[in-house]
Amino acid sequence: MNIHEYQGKEILRKYGVTVPNGKVAFTVEEAVEAAKELGTQVCVVKAQIHAGGRGKAGGVKVAKNLDEVRTYASEILGKTLVTHQTGPEGKEVKRLLIEEGCDIKKEYYIGLVLDRATSRVVLMGSEEGGTEIEEVAAKTPEKIFKEEIDPVLGLMPYQARRLAFNINIPKELVNQAVKFMMGLYNAYIDKDCSIAEINPLVVTGDGKVMALDAKLNFDSNALYRQKDVLEYRDLDEEDPKEIEASKYDLSYIALDGNIGCMVNGAGLAMATMDIVKHYGGEPANFLDVGGGATAEKVTEAFKIILSDPNVKGIFVNIFGGIMKCDVIAEGVVTAAKQVGLNIPLVVRLEGTNVDLGKKILAESGLNIIAAESMADGAQKIVELVK
Amino acid sequence: MSVFINKDTKVIVQGITGGTARFHTKQMLEYGTKIVGGTSPGKGGMEVEGVPVFNTVKEAVEATGANASVIYVPAPFAADSIIEAVDAELDLVICITEHIPVLDMVKVKRYMEGKKTRLVGPNCPGVITPDECKIGIMPGYIHTKGHVGVVSRSGTLTYEAVHQLSQAGIGQSTAVGIGGDPVNGTNFIDVLKAFNEDPETYAVIMIGEIGGTAEEEAAQWIKANMTKPVVGFIGGRTAPPGKRMGHAGAIISGGKGTADEKIRVMNECGIKVAETPSVMGETLINVLKEHGLYEKCKTH
Repeated sequence: MNIHEYQGKEILRKYGVTVPNGKVAFTVEEAVEAAKELGTQVCVVKAQIHAGGRGKAGGVKVAKNLDEVRTYASEILGKTLVTHQTGPEGKEVKRLLIEEGCDIKKEYYIGLVLDRATSRVVLMGSEEGGTEIEEVAAKTPEKIFKEEIDPVLGLMPYQARRLAFNINIPKELVNQAVKFMMGLYNAYIDKDCSIAEINPLVVTGDGKVMALDAKLNFDSNALYRQKDVLEYRDLDEEDPKEIEASKYDLSYIALDGNIGCMVNGAGLAMATMDIVKHYGGEPANFLDVGGGATAEKVTEAFKIILSDPNVKGIFVNIFGGIMKCDVIAEGVVTAAKQVGLNIPLVVRLEGTNVDLGKKILAESGLNIIAAESMADGAQKIVELVK
Repeated sequence: MSVFINKDTKVIVQGITGGTARFHTKQMLEYGTKIVGGTSPGKGGMEVEGVPVFNTVKEAVEATGANASVIYVPAPFAADSIIEAVDAELDLVICITEHIPVLDMVKVKRYMEGKKTRLVGPNCPGVITPDECKIGIMPGYIHTKGHVGVVSRSGTLTYEAVHQLSQAGIGQSTAVGIGGDPVNGTNFIDVLKAFNEDPETYAVIMIGEIGGTAEEEAAQWIKANMTKPVVGFIGGRTAPPGKRMGHAGAIISGGKGTADEKIRVMNECGIKVAETPSVMGETLINVLKEHGLYEKCKTH
């Protein structure tokens, strides 16, 4: 799960990580009010969306007085920002962060992330702040330093110190940087983060080490024990179809194509998208109905697929293991009748009770095209939506 | 022969009184798996499908002589269950549970360092040695005994591959689902090593997906060490970056973990990668023929 920058900073503040003073604003008036309260010479108006690259897209402006705050706030609020992370359709800005400006001496990068190869959390740092870490890794890998963290000990002060020296934090500010990193690590562990990225971390003219930006992502498997994090969820930032799917425990991801896919199992669902593409089609979604799909779940899955106006045909690909094919077939038939299907539907069933399942589909009176294999099904649906 | 499990493996089911565990206990018993006990705290003394239930793993192991366990405990308690099984010194623990918080697994892995227990999973379908022992949730009947090892991050894709093989008359030595989580117990290389050493396994299918670099590392290992032919498949060629595709571990992040990169490295290491999921079996059969192994692997 993602949250906004201002929310991330709220969390970090509680862990002793220094962040600039700032306030969230939902309207232009609130933005001006917030700037007044901050009372600083300069303040920054920052678009709050769940995507990086906001600055380049015109979503971050430095205001030198209240008039400028008003101008920038009205300009950015309601604007659709297109960044390399939003996709071509962009994201509408509905919230702003009004933050005190600061005198930046130098920018750094600090991040915490899980290293899958070692099964440990790793602290990463670089003096190439402000640019994306992937870019630094590609161009100047020698400028990235890492500290692997033992989960029993947690991040040790010497590790944070070593990293601070490695990335050339000024000597007199190393202790502050260590406190910063320890706080960041504690937040990461306490809140079940999956990523905690501070880019840039800045050293200021008045000798402070602070997080100018903050990107926190959370492990969705751990949200059951992170109620306060869950309250930060912003449904405006999510695809409505994905929200609907999550209510029924369906794993759904919207894509750009026109062939709706319904599959059991994440691996098979991915492979189904691949094979549709292989035969020249474009999948409209990833959808895993899970191993314990019931007729109700299948019906909801159908409704969600059909709520996408781009969908011109549906491919159902089921490998019935423990899940019996006749149950799935019943679900498909019920759903198709209920939602009034008027686009091509290709169904490939395999596995337990497959003959019974095929019989149910054939006798349903519905225009369902049966497929003999994944390849056959993919070819048929691609042909039908042409 | 086989890897990890065989007809003598004695299994306890952790969380045996839950609905899913009960259902699969019955399925495993019907397949012929030696389920010798189960655990459910506070329910010791009960029976499930004729299997005795104990309060703790230690107690269950002492009473039954079990050497393996399978875990169906809900995610918030699953890490604790894995550690309990490791503490009871079982040889093998297979964790089916999905959605375990990743930081819980980081602790589990740390605890397991230097311990004798092998963990398979979590978030996996389990392990099956056809006609001998089935531990997990896979449909037993699609498997046939034979000489091809299967290792995969995905459950349903494993079934797909096994089904294609069985339909073509190619049996399997053992099929291992290593699970779709970013932090897991047994990885591709562990299983490949075991298949390499197993005299009854003649060839291997390795099924990966987007996210992480486990497939690339496995490919390098295969190139350096594997004496048997391996074919592969990678799911998620069309997956968009930054999105978790169902499995917690299936995510392309920071440009890393793409299917194309994995396929490139696998090809470079001499591994044939099936073009689509519907030709996994066919791709293996072609490689078997090239190596003169087809007749030996044709089991029915």
